[in-house]
This record gives sequence, structure tokens and C-alpha cells, in this order.
Amino acid sequence: MTAFNEERLARLIRALPPAPAAWVRAAQELPLARAGLDEIVARAEADADFKARLVADLEAALEAEGYERHPVVIEALKVRFKSE
Amino acid sequence: MAQILSDSQLVARCRSGDQQAWAELVDRFSRYVYAISVQGFRLSEADAEDVFQEVFARAYEHLDKLRDDAAVRPWLAQLTRRLCIDRLRSASREGPTVDGELDLVGSEETLTTLEDALTIHEALAATPGHCREILDRFFARDESYRTIGEALDLPAGTIASRISRCLGRLREFLEGRTEADTPSGSR
Repeated sequence: MTAFNEERLARLIRALPPAPAAWVRAAQELPLARAGLDEIVARAEADADFKARLVADLEAALEAEGYERHPVVIEALKVRFKSE
Repeated sequence: MAQILSDSQLVARCRSGDQQAWAELVDRFSRYVYAISVQGFRLSEADAEDVFQEVFARAYEHLDKLRDDAAVRPWLAQLTRRLCIDRLRSASREGPTVDGELDLVGSEETLTTLEDALTIHEALAATPGHCREILDRFFARDESYRTIGEALDLPAGTIASRISRCLGRLREFLEGRTEADTPSGSR
């Protein structure tokens, strides 16, 4: 970009409104969510009953066990247990 | 001027497992990713949210595969565009295609504008005092003089002149940076 007149600057600042705060927070919490995901997968591999409940109803099983249902974790677990 | 990490410094810190750096990277590019999907590709909020989370999930997963840390911005833009196109293609397979829905050429101008807008927002982060706050609140968040005045504890009657002064400072900063020919990726 070359010209920096103030009208154009105002237009460009206006062009990037903030993303919804909840989306940003969820993305920022990815490292923590990944750690939670590893823990859930390890437990499912060691506990057949827990794994069966995850496969039957993923979100209900996580809620019952007190795990935070982060969207990234849910998606990753769905992919992982889809073929079970 | 505030001292801000360059994109490559930020990526290097993320790669070393610095969670604070990751939060800053998300914050730095969140508006850009969001705007590409809702303005560039006109996705619904629900689809835009899926794309947004997918972009950052993939970025987190594959950050170590980025060949040039300074190129994180075009990398994220490309990733976002690809996921938006996938989303539109998938929607067009499931139902009747809306006229122009996949006419992505038409959105090129918007995407270029968004690139310029991100450059301006990055420059804004390096401007002194309350300028970033005031300009962002007024233009990007669409807040009134009164709301800004209350939030920043400033008389509402002074907001207009502060906005004008801050725009001038931003312009001077950008012109100075251009004259100094600052290399891309360093701020």
C-alpha cells in the first residue's frame, strides 16, 4: 500500500472489527485443550468402559466425567472414535 | 513506541511451547481470519466460527512445518481461504448454489483490502498513548464518543479532536516507516 490519507486509514481500521470474544478465547485455549485431549485418549485406551461410553455419546460421557467440552477436543475425539 | 514482537519472534516462541505467545498470535490474527471468512467469502456466522477454529487448530498443529516464521501471515491467510472455499463447495453440494457463491474472483478486491487493513492495525499497535484504543474503539468497534469517553475517562467533547490527532500520528508513523524502508516482518 502506498497512500496514507486519513480517510483511507479510517476505512482500513474499520475493515477489521474484532472477532467474537468467545471464538478468540477458544482458540487461545488450544494448548490447554490439547493437553486435556491427550488425557482423555490415554484414559479411553486404559478404560474400556469409559471408551464405550465415549463412543456411544461423546458429549454426555465427557460431561458426566467433568471434562470441559472444548470444541477442538470434541472434534478431535469425534474423528478419533468415528470408526470404533 | 511500544515494543512488539515481530511475527517471526512470536512464531518461534509459540513453537517453544510458550502459551502466552500462542494467545498473542491468536489475538494478532483473529480479526484477519474472521474478516476473510465473513467479508471475503461471506460465510454465515456458524460456518465462519467453524473455519476460525479450524484455522487456528491446524496452525497450532502444523506450526513446526512453517518454513519461514515471518510468513505466518500469508500462511494463515491461505489456510483460511482454502477452508472457506472447502466450506462453500461443501454447501453447494448439499443444496442449490446461490448465484455468485463460488465466484471467488469477485472477492479478491476485498481480500486485498483486508491485507492492507491488517498492516494498518499492526502499525496502530505501535502508535503511542491512547491512539490505538481510541481509533480501534471508534472505527473498528463502532463505539460512540460518549462510550469511548466513559471507558477511557476522557471528556466526550475531546474525542473527535483526539481521533483526528491520532489518525495524523498514524499517518506520520506509516510514512516514516515507508521512508525508512523497514523490512517486512520487523516492527
